[in-house]
Amino acid sequence: MAVTKVVMPKLSEAMETGKIIKWLKKEGDRIQGGDILAEIETDKADVEMEAFGAGVLRKVLVPAGEKAPVGTLIGVIAEPGDDIAAVLASAPAPAPAAAGVGAAGSASARNDARSAPPAAPTPSAAPAPAPPPRPAVVSTPAPAAPAVNAPAVGIPAPTAPTAVATGRVKASPLAKKIAAQAGVDLRLIRGTGPGGRIIRRDVDAAAVTVTAVPAAAPTVPAVEYEDRPLSQIRATIAKRLPLSKAPVPHFYVTSEVAMDRAWELREELNALEGQPKVSVNDLVVRACALALLRHPGVNASFQGESIRVWHRAHIGIAVALDDGLITPVLRDCQAKSLAQIAVEARDLVERARVRKLRVTELSGATFSISNLGMYDVVEFSAIINPPEGAILAVGSVRRVPVVDDGGLGVGRRMALTLSCDHRAMDGAMGARFLQDVKRLLEEPLRLLV
Amino acid sequence: MKVDVAVVGTGPGGYVAAIRCAQLGLSVAAVEDDRPGGVCLNWGCIPTKALLRNAEVVNLFGRAAEFGIRLAGFEASYAEAIQRSRRVADRMSKGVEFLFRKNKITLVPGRGVLKARGAVEVSGPGGTETIQATSAILATGSEPKSLPGVPIDEKTVLSSNGAVRNEQPPKSIIVIGAGAVGVEFADVYASYGVQVTILEALPRLVPLEDEEVSKELARAFRRRSIEMKTGVKVASVKPGGAGVAVETDAGRLEAEQVLMAVGRAAKVTGLGLEPLGVRLDRGFVTVSPRMETSVPGVYAIGDMVGPPLLAHKAMAEGVVAAEAIAGRDPRPLDYGNVPACTYCRPQIASIGVSEARAKENGREVSVGRFPFTANGKAVALGDTEGFVKVVADKATGEILGVHIVGPEATEIIHEFAVGRTVEATLEEVIHTIHAHPTLSEAALEATLGALGQAIHL
Repeated sequence: MAVTKVVMPKLSEAMETGKIIKWLKKEGDRIQGGDILAEIETDKADVEMEAFGAGVLRKVLVPAGEKAPVGTLIGVIAEPGDDIAAVLASAPAPAPAAAGVGAAGSASARNDARSAPPAAPTPSAAPAPAPPPRPAVVSTPAPAAPAVNAPAVGIPAPTAPTAVATGRVKASPLAKKIAAQAGVDLRLIRGTGPGGRIIRRDVDAAAVTVTAVPAAAPTVPAVEYEDRPLSQIRATIAKRLPLSKAPVPHFYVTSEVAMDRAWELREELNALEGQPKVSVNDLVVRACALALLRHPGVNASFQGESIRVWHRAHIGIAVALDDGLITPVLRDCQAKSLAQIAVEARDLVERARVRKLRVTELSGATFSISNLGMYDVVEFSAIINPPEGAILAVGSVRRVPVVDDGGLGVGRRMALTLSCDHRAMDGAMGARFLQDVKRLLEEPLRLLV
Repeated sequence: MKVDVAVVGTGPGGYVAAIRCAQLGLSVAAVEDDRPGGVCLNWGCIPTKALLRNAEVVNLFGRAAEFGIRLAGFEASYAEAIQRSRRVADRMSKGVEFLFRKNKITLVPGRGVLKARGAVEVSGPGGTETIQATSAILATGSEPKSLPGVPIDEKTVLSSNGAVRNEQPPKSIIVIGAGAVGVEFADVYASYGVQVTILEALPRLVPLEDEEVSKELARAFRRRSIEMKTGVKVASVKPGGAGVAVETDAGRLEAEQVLMAVGRAAKVTGLGLEPLGVRLDRGFVTVSPRMETSVPGVYAIGDMVGPPLLAHKAMAEGVVAAEAIAGRDPRPLDYGNVPACTYCRPQIASIGVSEARAKENGREVSVGRFPFTANGKAVALGDTEGFVKVVADKATGEILGVHIVGPEATEIIHEFAVGRTVEATLEEVIHTIHAHPTLSEAALEATLGALGQAIHL
């Protein structure tokens, strides 16, 4: 049967080398497609590497703690009876796959007679005396070089210029074009074409994703201005959002929610011992999950010829990073209790901040929530992440004077603004959804049942 | 006999499946009740291409003066054209036999019937024999359909099976059906001086092709005095007049013969499918993307599993079935990317969707066209009928469909087939240098045209 080559996956455009933190499977273990084989450290994040083929992990070629260039054969999966000698013989030749040569059968059929580099490739282009085969990219984020309008004194040359995209994402021209237009990051998509090539359907299937990248360089003082290179995340945002804002006719529905009871409930919950801490955002996520179930028209993507109505609520939670924004996805919120949401959302957000998200956690949202409450923002409107049909912008919970039972009192209020894709839904639909979210938050016991 | 795979039918689907199985180390028996190669090699694609080549040569002789060649006269023997086409078919059929020997495939003459999941009973000249096979691939193909109540006698009412054998051409013929088979025979007959009338129920010739292609073909046929009546319903076909009379809602027509070219029906009866519970849907065998039927271990390919009824589709399915049986993980066919070719003059080739269909699908399209009159090679050949038309998605440049009518259209189409397989867009095509002078430059120019950049127009 098929022999599957396990190669060092290319997890980002600039990635040239990855380090195996540890193997989670050992030689002789039986592997199912999708099993986590190993943890890989890249310059961006620690990522779990999934197995593409099924069989037995016959050979581990790169032990834990060692680094290997992208595409290097690091292991072999095959059935016990399969002859893997030929595959092992080709071990030093890097395979050109974007993320592990996958599909069963392809490994044996492929015979890319590329001129294999004689030794481990030195990733930097500089014709310097060859150092020991050590990756140029180190495991801490490499600073990008800002184009500062002052003589750069004493700034060490960056080891890997970010502008140089050395690696090649294997994708069809059409997939590239559609991805560029839809703002889909090809590096986060697994290809299902021959040899793991990304083809049109992979891009169509992928939700919009954002990738984490090295932080922008520190500013240099005593200069008038500087042109900061766009971080890749910022470049993605810059490219994608106009593509959302222009072709997606946005409309906005705003509502104010009395958060007094929700606030009390939250304080009660958080006083309970042994219970996870619940944030206001968790309450909003839970309310949206319940409301999306009742208003599937809002949990929908416009698809040109049809509207895809999602039956599951995968909610993207926007997380601010120093250099941009990332939207990890909390899957199947409709089936999760408030406590589950609280625990998982916290985990997602924390890992997003330290750039340890799994690739699968960056795509597939059907709806998003952007919360700027912590920045004391009264209200704002957010830009939809296509192909999602709506995004909820959450302001801060403010203590405001309210007229209550004929008297003047102090209440807690929070503004919610729903941005909707008018091609997929109408104002009334958005308004009814928002009304439901409001009611759920104002009668917060509903969030617990 | 005990084998790994029994293949029933050795048409293009069956023989390719058998060879691929053998290449993958499986022992194969191939059952055939006619000649190896099936309809395609013996009675369909190949002999008709030989006839169409004859038609082309006859036409060139007719145009000899254009090339400064004065002929005192010439005689074109239709009988010898048929004989030549038989020799061509024989040679190809022998080729299949050779490939079977080379791949150690046992050819079992006779009619195969599925008796059980692992048993094919063959009744042939040498009696009845049962082949025990772990897997079976059914590839029995299709046969010409007729209109209800109109029996095909192959004398006055012909099918393509009869027409391809008949050495005596009629003086006049009514071709019912303007699909590929109909227009190809119309071309052959008209080239040999037969008075041809084509009847088509749909509003245009080659109704599966892009509308502009139909128009261009009708124009070319009109120049060659082929009569065409489209949007016409046939009420009856009866003996009468010079041979046969056709009553239609647009009046009565008479001719010496009628050629039924109204389509083909899958051959699914008498194969033992029902007793085994092999599921059918609207006359075709239902199969998975791995070409397996509803009965595990029984595979089916080619015309019998549904449209498009094309030899090259069958071959591709044969490879899928063979690889599935051998435990490979074959890539399922992309049925949206099967080229369709018609070999009348001008030739027709297309892939993907028509402009109208693309728009129905909600695509905003950009269209590029390039006529062969502006193509140097076509002008040099003296063969300038037709054009290349490229339909692309406006936003992405995705190649949605390509429609070619004109010289060697059937050869030009493949750059778009490859392009679509690798998901190339218009950009990749225009950045591919096309040799000059070639007919394929028209493909490049039409692609440029879709981007508003045609040079030679």
